[in-house]
Amino acid sequence: MTDQNQDILMADDVLSQKEDPGLLSVMLKNRAIFWGGILLILFALIALIGPFFTLDPGALNPINRLKPPSAKIWFGTDFLGRDILARVIYGARISLAVGIAVAVVSVIIGLFLGLVAGYVRALDAIIMRTMDGLMSIPAILLAIALISLSGATLGTVIIAIVIPEIPRVVRLVRAVVLTVRDEPYVEAAIAAGTRLPLILSRHILPNTIAPLIVQATYVCASAMLTESILGFLGAGIPPEIPSWGNIMSEGRTYFQISPWIIFFPGVALALTVLAVNIVGDGLRDTLDPRIARKM
Amino acid sequence: MYLYVVKRILATIPVMVIVALFVFLMLRLAPGDPAAVIAGDYATAEDVERIRAQLGLNDPILVQMGKWLGQLARFDLGTAIFSKLPVTTLIGQRLEPTLLLALSTITFTVLVAVPLGTLAAYKAGSWIDRFVMLFSVAGFSVPVFVLGYILIYVLSMQLKILPVQGYKSPFEYGLWEFFRHMILPTLTLSVIYIALIARMTRASVQEVLQEDYVRTARAKGQSEFKILMNHALRNAAVPIVTVIGLGIALMIGGVVVTESVYNIPGLGRLVLDAVLARDYPVIQGLILFFSFVYILINLLIDLSYTLFDPRIRY
Repeated sequence: MTDQNQDILMADDVLSQKEDPGLLSVMLKNRAIFWGGILLILFALIALIGPFFTLDPGALNPINRLKPPSAKIWFGTDFLGRDILARVIYGARISLAVGIAVAVVSVIIGLFLGLVAGYVRALDAIIMRTMDGLMSIPAILLAIALISLSGATLGTVIIAIVIPEIPRVVRLVRAVVLTVRDEPYVEAAIAAGTRLPLILSRHILPNTIAPLIVQATYVCASAMLTESILGFLGAGIPPEIPSWGNIMSEGRTYFQISPWIIFFPGVALALTVLAVNIVGDGLRDTLDPRIARKM
Repeated sequence: MYLYVVKRILATIPVMVIVALFVFLMLRLAPGDPAAVIAGDYATAEDVERIRAQLGLNDPILVQMGKWLGQLARFDLGTAIFSKLPVTTLIGQRLEPTLLLALSTITFTVLVAVPLGTLAAYKAGSWIDRFVMLFSVAGFSVPVFVLGYILIYVLSMQLKILPVQGYKSPFEYGLWEFFRHMILPTLTLSVIYIALIARMTRASVQEVLQEDYVRTARAKGQSEFKILMNHALRNAAVPIVTVIGLGIALMIGGVVVTESVYNIPGLGRLVLDAVLARDYPVIQGLILFFSFVYILINLLIDLSYTLFDPRIRY
């Protein structure tokens, strides 16, 4: 590597270090991030340690079936007498796990495809037309079809939700790449003889991180919703696992006499997704004001 | 102008071909034997073989692909495994409820979301602005079916003013019964759509209100209402209309759920029935149908930009 190139890299590092110390405190000063974050941490804690304090979410108790919420049974019981509170708390694990897994996987795949599409002109058209095609298939239909073909497991559900989310990430990354591709520091790196993988990882990639973090929160929120819809329709995670969607799906038949079976997991889901969305909005406003205006 | 229209229409063909190929490959690249999955757990070897032959899975893959694209070019979506009816016939039978639900949802959404978003932009920072922003975040967080059940619980079960579920065709039962049964599904399906469009309207009207020509209009004594209608909304129309089109994808997903909650015998229910019966030609046909509808609507919206913004000349 040439000296000149190292200078550029060092200059980059110095610049980014200068911004760093302030960022966290700026983010915490944002009310949306603060309160949404607290709510999320709370839910994550409940999901992690909650199941140790509740009844067995699968324990049958036919005598106490369809009991309404009371001081003793806070969230009531379902048609097999299972404790809804225990099931909702256990379901938090599934929902958060699916949300995070889908966000991480779709961001990684989308980042790779987006970098290639944005920087390698020869592949741009092929990748983007494929993404256009994928985007015009309604996400839930695509997920249902994928799952019905490959059989429903936690893994296939995650993959089926990831695939329709990828195009949005690719478009975002590509858009960022297109705006920085012709910046002088990229040209300087090319002139200095830097090879393509290093240009992408050192000079292009860092620009995509802020918008990607924001996008990842939205993907996470929409993945949790999609998972619950799939479960509700009976096309999601196997029914033995008490995901929020599955609990609500089982509550459908008894809705008129026992609405709490749908109500509690529904509220838990809505609050979790709301918290993720609020954090996402806060991150968008603090991390990248330019994108904030566009969206 | 005409050249652009032709170009734009031709540009949708590759996207449609990609969708068709994707749907085609989905069946062939799925892990395991799709014929066995479709046949179900209790199928005999002959059943599996019969389904494989029916789906044409014994041909070389390029032959299958050619046949599939040839079929599509003739608007033939294949034949259902169980009912043995052409998929296009099945879609025709179920089209009416879904089409009417979609139309009433879009109408209601635009009537509510556009004025709400405009008002929020005009009174930036006021309580109505905060309400719209809050609504747009909350609307994206509540799952469609939970909302549906809350509405059924409050309006049908507690207040008893609307029917719980079902669909009454306006051609058989008259408009009144039709509307009574359509109110809850429409409300349910529109919430997320209203959230999306109100947010977009607010953002783009707010941007236009900063423009010099709005200040000029005020300076010459134009009434605020006319400023909003003639200057702000008209200039903000293109992004709003674009989002209305993109939101159709969101609505199609919602249709499947809403029809299931309210027991409406439309295309969304057909999707679910087909999934439960593993009737793959039907699933495949419906995905293609919905995707093509989405592509065509967005094509029309693209072409309509000249109506909203005369500066756009192709």
